[in-house]
Amino acid sequence: MHRDGNGIAAGSGQQAAAAGTAGRRRVPLLSALGRAARAVAWLWLFAVGVAAWWVLSAHSTSLYFPPLEKILRQLYALWIAGSARGQLAASLEQFAAGYAIAGLGGIGIGALLWSVRGVREATSPYIYFLYVLPAPALVPAVMTIFGIGFTMKVVIIAFAAIWPTLLNTLDGMRGVDEIKLDTSRVLGLSGFRAVRSVVLPAAAPQIVAGLRNSLQVAIILMVVSEWIASTGGIGYFIVNAQQAFNYLNMWTGIIMLALIGIVANLLFVLAENWLLHWHYAARAKEAR
Amino acid sequence: MISRDVGAPGGAGRAAHAGSGVPVVSLRHVRKSYPAGGRAGAAERLALADVTFDVARGEFACVVGPSGAGKTTLLRCLAGLMPPTSGEALFEGNVLRRVPDRVGVVFQDYSRSLYPWLTVNRNIALPLKVRGVDKATRAKRIAEVLASVGLAGVGRQYPWQLSGGMQQRVAIARSLAYRPDLLLMDEPFASVDAQTRFELEDLILRVRDEFNVTVVFVTHDIDEAIYLADRIVVLSASPGVVAEIVDVALPRPRDQITTKSDERFARYRQKLLGLVMAR
Repeated sequence: MHRDGNGIAAGSGQQAAAAGTAGRRRVPLLSALGRAARAVAWLWLFAVGVAAWWVLSAHSTSLYFPPLEKILRQLYALWIAGSARGQLAASLEQFAAGYAIAGLGGIGIGALLWSVRGVREATSPYIYFLYVLPAPALVPAVMTIFGIGFTMKVVIIAFAAIWPTLLNTLDGMRGVDEIKLDTSRVLGLSGFRAVRSVVLPAAAPQIVAGLRNSLQVAIILMVVSEWIASTGGIGYFIVNAQQAFNYLNMWTGIIMLALIGIVANLLFVLAENWLLHWHYAARAKEAR
Repeated sequence: MISRDVGAPGGAGRAAHAGSGVPVVSLRHVRKSYPAGGRAGAAERLALADVTFDVARGEFACVVGPSGAGKTTLLRCLAGLMPPTSGEALFEGNVLRRVPDRVGVVFQDYSRSLYPWLTVNRNIALPLKVRGVDKATRAKRIAEVLASVGLAGVGRQYPWQLSGGMQQRVAIARSLAYRPDLLLMDEPFASVDAQTRFELEDLILRVRDEFNVTVVFVTHDIDEAIYLADRIVVLSASPGVVAEIVDVALPRPRDQITTKSDERFARYRQKLLGLVMAR
């Protein structure tokens, strides 16, 4: 829960910041793009892997492992040009709604728990209980309450993904430097304004680390919720294809999921670098 | 235990600044104790035993004392950041319940008091926004205070892009931007090198005149206290009581070389060292 930044983002952030302090002032978005580009530069290794897969599977006649070329053609036909687009959209909608609720809810509830000590202490056993409960175990219960559909899946995703953000927000806010809080009182900030202008940004690095964990969880639960109870969506598509012995389609779904994960993470890193550029740059300066 | 009440202000060094009427700061038998860590019911730790003194409008008062004399505790009580356990802390005649709008505080560690996610301009704008200063006036004030602390043109940089001395100047500028009546400083120059420290000492004397602000300045450095102060409050070792209040009758304007080589400066130093190291 204590991850502060992470591999790609932090590492590349430092380089860019070190380069950045010399000349630039104002272009966090551009330098974020630069950092992302550097992260992407390592993709050659990935490209080698894909090429190997392509070559080794080219003449495969196995029902289970069709040639990559064939998978990709089918992927295009289904997910980009064809009928599965609707499934994809449905999944992404649920994911986006669930993740948004988890993110905003996590930050909001975390901030509330931080600011009202009584509430924090009273709710902490419940929070701990809910936190250790594996979210998929709740699917049957949520199904009973919300039925099979959009709401149920959003609830599952939000419920599972809220914890990393909530706990990191609480923890990050607890860890805000006393002097920064004293300073905010001296400057005259109070209540909501102090939280928005000082506590939130000061805890932002840790909150963002929480949001990143929540993102992974949300993607996982997007799929899992569709396995268990759904008549559509990408997770449903994969299971359905597998049960119909359509392994080609199954593989396209899996690759599509990987692509979704990559794009989501990339967007996240971009947003993170833009939002926390001050953090990485200041840390890079300190390290020198 | 000596506790001195120095009643009405008056005296050599501050004639030029001394204003009328109500003292800006007034401490009456301030006592502050903290619960001793951990065990419930354990004896409390006493930081300030009994502190009484006034600071008149326009005065530059320094608070010195050995480590653990409760200097920072005293400043926090003065700022309204925490209430005394008993006794009274008054600002312009009113009991402090929160940090008043017209009080500025400069903490020792600029890297912790400046907000690294805001540019210098925005750091300074923050208290102005809270006080409802409109945008155009904000921009004007920011340019003004930055020029006063010798940092014109750095407004768009982030604090961490500046040197330590410059960062502390930004912190000073931020606390002057809203034109406080009282500026409280907690060992503000303890984290910078000696050369920078002298520059900042002269800077604070200059802006104090420019902004016509009363200053209470906590330091452990006796030379610094003598150089800056109209009056020095000496705290005894823990728990803090006022050991003595020393009027500094050195002429102004002061200068790092001539003031510090004045033979009276040496006498003050001898006296204060004796007081601080007494126990």
